[in-house]
Amino acid sequence: MEKFTKITAITVPLDRLNVDTDAIIPKQFLKSIKRSGFGPNLFDEWRYLDHGEPGMDNSRRAVNPDFVLNKPRYAGAQILLARDNFGCGSSREHAPWALEDFGIRVIIAPSFADIFYNNCFKNGILPIILAESTVDQLFQAVEAKEGAQLTVDLQQKKILSDDSLGEKIEISFELDQFRRHCLLEGLDEIALTLEHSDDISAYENKQKEITPWLF
Amino acid sequence: MTAKTLYDKLWDSHVLRQNNDGTSLLYIDRQLIHEVTSPQAFEGLRIAGRKPWKLSANLATPDHNVPTTDRDKGIADPISKLQVDTLDDNCTEFGITEFKMDDIRQGIVHVLSPEQGATLPGMTLVCGDSHTSTHGAFGTLAFGIGTSEVEHVLATQCLIQKKSKNMLVLVNGQLNPGVTAKDVILAIIGKIGTAGGTGYAIEFGGEAIRSFSMEGRMTLSNMAIEAGARAGMVAVDDTTIEYVKDRPYSPKGEQWQQAVNYWSDFHTDTDAQFDKTVTMGASDIKPQVTWGTSPGMTISIDDTIPDPTEESDSIKQEGMRAALEYMGLTAGKRINEVPVDVVFIGSCTNSRIEDIRAAAEVAKGKKVADSIKQALVVPGSGLVKQQAEEEGLDKILIQAGFEWREPGCSMCLAMNADRLEPQERCASTSNRNFEGRQGQGGRTHLVSPAMAAGAAIAGHFIRIDEL
Repeated sequence: MEKFTKITAITVPLDRLNVDTDAIIPKQFLKSIKRSGFGPNLFDEWRYLDHGEPGMDNSRRAVNPDFVLNKPRYAGAQILLARDNFGCGSSREHAPWALEDFGIRVIIAPSFADIFYNNCFKNGILPIILAESTVDQLFQAVEAKEGAQLTVDLQQKKILSDDSLGEKIEISFELDQFRRHCLLEGLDEIALTLEHSDDISAYENKQKEITPWLF
Repeated sequence: MTAKTLYDKLWDSHVLRQNNDGTSLLYIDRQLIHEVTSPQAFEGLRIAGRKPWKLSANLATPDHNVPTTDRDKGIADPISKLQVDTLDDNCTEFGITEFKMDDIRQGIVHVLSPEQGATLPGMTLVCGDSHTSTHGAFGTLAFGIGTSEVEHVLATQCLIQKKSKNMLVLVNGQLNPGVTAKDVILAIIGKIGTAGGTGYAIEFGGEAIRSFSMEGRMTLSNMAIEAGARAGMVAVDDTTIEYVKDRPYSPKGEQWQQAVNYWSDFHTDTDAQFDKTVTMGASDIKPQVTWGTSPGMTISIDDTIPDPTEESDSIKQEGMRAALEYMGLTAGKRINEVPVDVVFIGSCTNSRIEDIRAAAEVAKGKKVADSIKQALVVPGSGLVKQQAEEEGLDKILIQAGFEWREPGCSMCLAMNADRLEPQERCASTSNRNFEGRQGQGGRTHLVSPAMAAGAAIAGHFIRIDEL
């Protein structure tokens, strides 16, 4: 997994409640047996005017000019600003794969659905939970100033504005220690767990007495 | 000893190591595998040169992509076929038990596992599918995971987890006739909201819940995720024990009695504390129909479609407006006057034998309205289909004008050939009414099997007692 320490990038505001994983990556694209290549179909039904299917040449499709990700001022965005319950619905990891493939490394929202939140960390994406009023403030700031960039610093656990935003922003965020550590180091969680193989075997040996029908 | 909730007991009995950063290593007893969320997990194992930790803990089946007609001809869509073939190849390569497409036991993972006794009380169970919460009906800690975690469980039989908070949803008293588990869970989601359970494990309790069969409890727990909770559960009682007895994977002989003794502790202790309790009166709950694009947007069959201008929160108001526009509905209209184009009876929420019986009871001796373009019944597994046919339910439904299909996820998420056309309106027994869920531009109304069958007969939503 790619390490995450600090990024400075354009922030794209997606002003919708309950953005579900069916919207993030529609089901027809889940048929792939690979982890990569989902970026061009991120938010497919909102981003394009036609109906998307796997195997289409996305560069030839008509884009929806009204959808925020298509606005030239947000081109190259790596930070996504969102509303409550982002990532609700299905457990498909294709949703963070699509976001990551598109270039998104940070998502800021007042709340996330649990499974999606968890899936982000496995793919080098940092989801940040902030109070609704703080998220409102960021929406206003980002929409007000074209080309403005935010810096997200995971070491410092801070979101900072550069001079281009006009007003000075410095917001602290919380993240549990384990997840922060894994992101900063780009750790392989399976290898971490396998360091405890003896503990797993000891547990199984004990359970063979208590619940023998499971062995 | 400290009083514990059901969730506390399930959690504590499976934590094998506590890390000092607040996470725990949780042992997983069972993993269910399907074709959509597993190929990249197997690929990960291959790349790292790892083997499954405990083969017998895994059980696989293809369900999302399988066709529901002409199965002997195979899968027409080459991309769907490749995904199902990949599952077959991976299960063969790694030695995992799989119920393939032509096996009578094949079906939706959340239907076949309980049916086989592969879901048992007191265990931890995961699957790369959010509706894994279904299995909580057995007093099981069951939750959906992503593909990286599927790989983690394959390789280690464990997950690194943080404990959720405890929520109790009590439905007290007795339900009115005609009110089903589906109506109860929709009413609960309507009350607490689609993020109301985020961060919690929900236990469902109270007289109305206790009165449900295991199938009703599965419908209820299945949709805990639509309230934001990864896990929903119901305590073990005689109904649970009776259901799991004598199934292929259930303990037998001496182990049966040992298991029953062990399982009997999987209920919340009298003095246990919940972080949050929600109480509802069963008699207040009426048959439900969702009107919008989120499962919390639900009303009773007697209601009118809500008016966004009566919502004070501006972001919610905008959400309601967008939902009405997508759904092609106007505020103030009576829901029972809304015409339906398509009816879908199936999915991991409502495709078990009791669901098919409920639909057949409504349809018996009647005809699907001429205005209905398609009325599908998709049993949850080959064995559900077989039993329904033994009971003659297929004939009742076919005579009424329904199509009787092969088992799978089908039009719940339209990954196979069964899908809505743009603007088609569907009365669906599935679990999600998100934009495009059943086909791009399709409009989904979530209902119970009886309500869906009623809509097929009347051509619009209707109270079943008015049919």
